Amino acid sequence: MIVVIIIAVVVVLLVLFAVATYNGLVRTRNRIDNAFSQIAVQLKRRHDLIPNLVETVKGYAAHEKGVFEAVTAARANAINAQNGPPQAQAENALSGTLKSLFAVAEAYPDLKANQNFLNLQEEITSTEDKIAYSRQFYNDSVLGYNNKIQAFPGNIFAGMFHFTAREYFEGDPGEQDPVTVSF
Amino acid sequence: MYEQIARNKRRTFVMLAAFVLLIAGVAVALGIIFKAGVAIVPIAILIAIAMAWTSYFASDKIALAASRARPADGPEYARYHNLVEGLCIAAGLPKPRLYVVDDPAPNAFATGRNPQHAALAVTTGLLEVMNRVELEGVLAHELSHVRNYDILVSTIAVTAVGAVALMADLGMRFMWFGGRSSRRDNNDSGGLGIILVVLAFALLILAPFAAQLMQFAMSRRRELLADVSGVELTRYPPGLISALKKLQGDQAVVHHATRATAQLWIESPLERDEKTEADGSKKSNWLNRAFDTHPPLAERIAALEAM
Repeated sequence: MIVVIIIAVVVVLLVLFAVATYNGLVRTRNRIDNAFSQIAVQLKRRHDLIPNLVETVKGYAAHEKGVFEAVTAARANAINAQNGPPQAQAENALSGTLKSLFAVAEAYPDLKANQNFLNLQEEITSTEDKIAYSRQFYNDSVLGYNNKIQAFPGNIFAGMFHFTAREYFEGDPGEQDPVTVSF
Repeated sequence: MYEQIARNKRRTFVMLAAFVLLIAGVAVALGIIFKAGVAIVPIAILIAIAMAWTSYFASDKIALAASRARPADGPEYARYHNLVEGLCIAAGLPKPRLYVVDDPAPNAFATGRNPQHAALAVTTGLLEVMNRVELEGVLAHELSHVRNYDILVSTIAVTAVGAVALMADLGMRFMWFGGRSSRRDNNDSGGLGIILVVLAFALLILAPFAAQLMQFAMSRRRELLADVSGVELTRYPPGLISALKKLQGDQAVVHHATRATAQLWIESPLERDEKTEADGSKKSNWLNRAFDTHPPLAERIAALEAM
């Protein structure tokens, strides 16, 4: 009788543990998906801000045509790019053209004093921060998830329920040099 | 860096356990002194629970009102909002409510009971003095208090200190006015009984001091932890280092800060000299530091630079 009770208790505990582990894995996996969509939200926000920025700068530096065309083209590329590495590349190219746009703006004191320009600069800078932060959060989430499914005892359940390791978001090697935007 | 966070978290748990032990010790001491008056213990615990309940649900409102904080609305606070939003994305936290305190002294604090009910407040002085990366470092420090549940821990600490002080105080009062019958009992039980009573008496006198010392030590440790985990969010130690150096150079004192809310701020909002003189005597350096809510800024900067 006692043996039966002990076995029953052990089985119940094991089932409870399995349920808790499974739910934990599902939660962390969903967090990764959410983190991934957060990156897209911030990229979209940057795309939306750019036409406004180009118009504002045009008002003060109309003859810097080359820069405007480069930014507009890079933006269109980024919007139309396929998900995955091509998109990351297009977004990095867009970051580069934006940098040159802000560099051009440095030469126009009137533009730098324009409140609308300052607001847009603040918005773009913080959106780029948020892009970086959402990638960071995505990678942190992947790290936590991969640790869970590869360490014991999570690896047993991960194998049973087909949880597979996720990949990190890798930065563009060209982005290693620090970005400086002065205010 | 991650090990440092883990170690500090363990220490926080040890501290909370020590608080529980201290409260239990005071309760036992009261039980020993009043063989007939054990009823005080549940009463004291009930009062402590009532205090904990109030502070759990209203601590943020009280702290914000006491510091005269107003909601940070309007376009002039766009950078403040944007920086917090970015950091919240990095930390995976909901955005806390944001407040501003009209005060030229640069400082900031976090309050609330959990990340869903958290609030940050900064002084207008802080927004003026700090550049973007420095402000981000400070906000990351405050957000780390939210993420590490420091805001809840400090609430519990304040309540525990209050409960210990209250119980000890109640015990002393009953000792003078209602202790006759129990004293006779102890005389009957001989030498061991007297020693126990003396020990219990000593514990009652020392408990409030012990509780406060522990509160301060815990607060200092959590400041260092928040510095480190704030940098874990921004991945940019120079931002917070340069912000702390600016705070170091600034001597201003926040007007609407009291001893009670001192541990909430990023830098101690009180003047150090004033504190020593208020006690009438010149304390030794060690004792002075034992009652600080914040580690010296130089120490915090050194810890960050070592990372």
